Amino acid sequence: MTDQPDTYSAVAEVAYKRVRRSRWNRMKLGLSKAPPTAWFGMIVILLYIFCALFAPVLAPYGEAEIFPEAFATWSPEFIFGTDQIGRDILSRMIYGARNTVSIAVATTALAFLIGGTLGLAAAINMGWLDQLLSRLVDVLMAIPSLIFALVLLSIFGSTVTNLILIIAVLDSTRVFRLTRAVSLNVVVMDYVEAARLRGEGLGWIMRREILPNILPPLIAEFGLRFCFVFLTIAALSFLGVGIQPPTADWGSMVRENASLIMFAQYDIKAGLTPLLPAGAIALLTVAVNFVVDWFLQKTSGLRDEQ
Amino acid sequence: MSNKKTANNQSLLEIKDLKIEGFSDEFWHPIIKGIDVKLQRGEVMGLIGESGAGKSTLGLAAMGYTQPGCRITGGSILFDGQELIGMSEQRKRKLWGTRITYVAQSAAASFNPAHRLIKQATAAKIRAKISDEKSAKEDARELFKTLQLPEHNTIGDRYPHQVSGGQLQRVMTAMAMSPRPDLIIFDEPTTALDVTTQVEVLAAMKDIVKEFNTAAIYITHDLAVVAQMADFIKVLRYGEEVEQANTRVMLDAPEKEYTKSLWSVRSINKKEEKSDDIILSLKNINASYGGGIKVLDDVSINVSRGKTLAVVGESGSGKSTAARVITGLLPQQNGQILFNNIELSKTLRGRSKDQKRQIQMIYQMADTAMNPRQTVGEIIGRPLEFYLNLKANEKERRTIELLELIELDETFIDRLPGELSGGQKQRICIARAIAADPEVIICDEVTSALDQIVQEGILKLLMKLQKEMGITYIFITHDISTVKAISDEVVVMYQGEVVEQGLKSQIFSPPHPEYTELLLSSVPEMDPDWLSNLISSRN
Repeated sequence: MTDQPDTYSAVAEVAYKRVRRSRWNRMKLGLSKAPPTAWFGMIVILLYIFCALFAPVLAPYGEAEIFPEAFATWSPEFIFGTDQIGRDILSRMIYGARNTVSIAVATTALAFLIGGTLGLAAAINMGWLDQLLSRLVDVLMAIPSLIFALVLLSIFGSTVTNLILIIAVLDSTRVFRLTRAVSLNVVVMDYVEAARLRGEGLGWIMRREILPNILPPLIAEFGLRFCFVFLTIAALSFLGVGIQPPTADWGSMVRENASLIMFAQYDIKAGLTPLLPAGAIALLTVAVNFVVDWFLQKTSGLRDEQ
Repeated sequence: MSNKKTANNQSLLEIKDLKIEGFSDEFWHPIIKGIDVKLQRGEVMGLIGESGAGKSTLGLAAMGYTQPGCRITGGSILFDGQELIGMSEQRKRKLWGTRITYVAQSAAASFNPAHRLIKQATAAKIRAKISDEKSAKEDARELFKTLQLPEHNTIGDRYPHQVSGGQLQRVMTAMAMSPRPDLIIFDEPTTALDVTTQVEVLAAMKDIVKEFNTAAIYITHDLAVVAQMADFIKVLRYGEEVEQANTRVMLDAPEKEYTKSLWSVRSINKKEEKSDDIILSLKNINASYGGGIKVLDDVSINVSRGKTLAVVGESGSGKSTAARVITGLLPQQNGQILFNNIELSKTLRGRSKDQKRQIQMIYQMADTAMNPRQTVGEIIGRPLEFYLNLKANEKERRTIELLELIELDETFIDRLPGELSGGQKQRICIARAIAADPEVIICDEVTSALDQIVQEGILKLLMKLQKEMGITYIFITHDISTVKAISDEVVVMYQGEVVEQGLKSQIFSPPHPEYTELLLSSVPEMDPDWLSNLISSRN
């Protein structure tokens, strides 16, 4: 019977087999189809990373090097002028990329570690642990996070570690919500039950059975969360409780040079100076959003009609 | 009714050399490779074939519709003399829902939960201005009555969640009938129903098609069902026609080898064997979800070693709950479970790793039973590593052995579940269960989501494994023909209680308790007159 092509055989059943491609080829294929906005985003992000990594080489002067002339105008010597105590704006912009971006990345990563782990655990447990964590998160989310962060930073002091910890905890509430919600859809699957029946531990179920299946929305959320964290840090710095001088940071640079904007009617370049760090913040946020948009569209399977 | 629209010599639907392609992985793959269909008014065509054969695609194409990601690349579709390919969406919308209607497989997923049934059932008719709202509703109530829906005057005022699945399927048929269409496409309308409900729905559909002289395309993988409904049958495979013939001719003397193999599925019949060696026994089990209504009421079942125990019953009978209690997922309220004469802990946590290994489970939906991000090698390899401590080379060697045991080969080892067909997926799940080297395997409706020919393959495989390895099966199913095929002993369950337990021959020979009688008589047979005979005998 099995020799005849007309009859049934398990191996010959109709199944759609993917073309095997190496990771590298898949990446090339994906990139070649990326829209211009995604390319723009990726190039901008790469430039920021480049600046952050090679800040000491790129910057013409030191991060906290003070020159006699405060509020110097734009000139070949100080390309974007100097600030209120005579530090070179361009150099501080370049160092700012290093400080602000790395602190934001560290904070987001920590927020994901906390929120993601607890979210997964809550989804798998679906009992008292879920109730406890969810209500706790509700309480934290009920307090406006910027004001809450301000209060906590004034109590504990504005060190970089405190800044990272406090913002990470506050932002992890949102990560928790998302992780829990997407995991709940996966937890009810038979393969999770099968793993439980096999006797697998919580760690295995979290890492091997659930995590790979919820990764796409989490990665997208990582990008967006990074933007929010970045903006929060900038806002806190602008308010004076964020990253402390003399460390260069874009948020505090906006604050320190904000008064210059009033001189725009006499010298347009002086008016532009506080907008430069603000623009740097805005550009990175937009770039990350572009990339996240592209990634979401790619992974959600929502494709335009062919 | 509307015969005036066509001259008698012209077919209502004429599909010629239709070709459809689907887009995936950056290429267009052929789905339908040149199929002809000719359907006269009042005729019912049965369309059968395994999944991936293109049945549903062809059914939808008869409406001039293709699913997103598909395109028609050649041929013609003439409906009542009008060419549907290339017709504007607007003109097609005028045909859809009025002259051509569609009954989907899952009524529950196809109704809008926010609107009352009667509003949805009459919407197309009112939109097309065939009649005003009042007379449309009156007509719908009449149809509900014809379809033997209870409280036909008021049932339309309910919302979809307030009626049962079988009733919803009938409301959907009423919806499709309400504009008195020329053509109805039934896409597996009874697959999701219990046999006892299926009979009513089938009878209602058959009557109504006859009464209004409607042409229909009936898509299914259940041969016995198609035998009741269709005037002629077309068999599809790989997007091509295998053969087409009048129903009776086709049933009696199929020409092609493939069709014969489809027909032979129901011929498996395991010889029952008696055994007094009890491996697993449930004693007076009571169980409920969250302390509410009793789902299992004083259930006692004995399972013989190395034999197959079939647990039958319709949905809600508690058969899957019994499986959950045995595996420890749902702790029972009272009663005990003895495994090899040792009492098993109520909870999964209280059982040892070895006890967990001894009882394995295979699920109904192989799709959701395998992690889509793990390869076949990882899925089968995990129990080997977890229970038997096999490492690297040994594990791989055993995985390949298991793959060969389930009649696949080592080329499957790095495939993902998404790259397997339904039958192959279920085979991998079997391999995963076998990998643990268990004594008992619980099979929860393992074949009900599969095409008949694939079912046969799976059942044969399970029997072969039993013979070679002496495994005990607890086979949960609602399909009586499966029970006949593979079981030694049978338990009939109804509303959480055991109605009957005994050897297969005892259960299937009269006299039966009332419920068993109803269940047995509702199973469609491969005889075109079965349904009409049954209905007349029940009345």
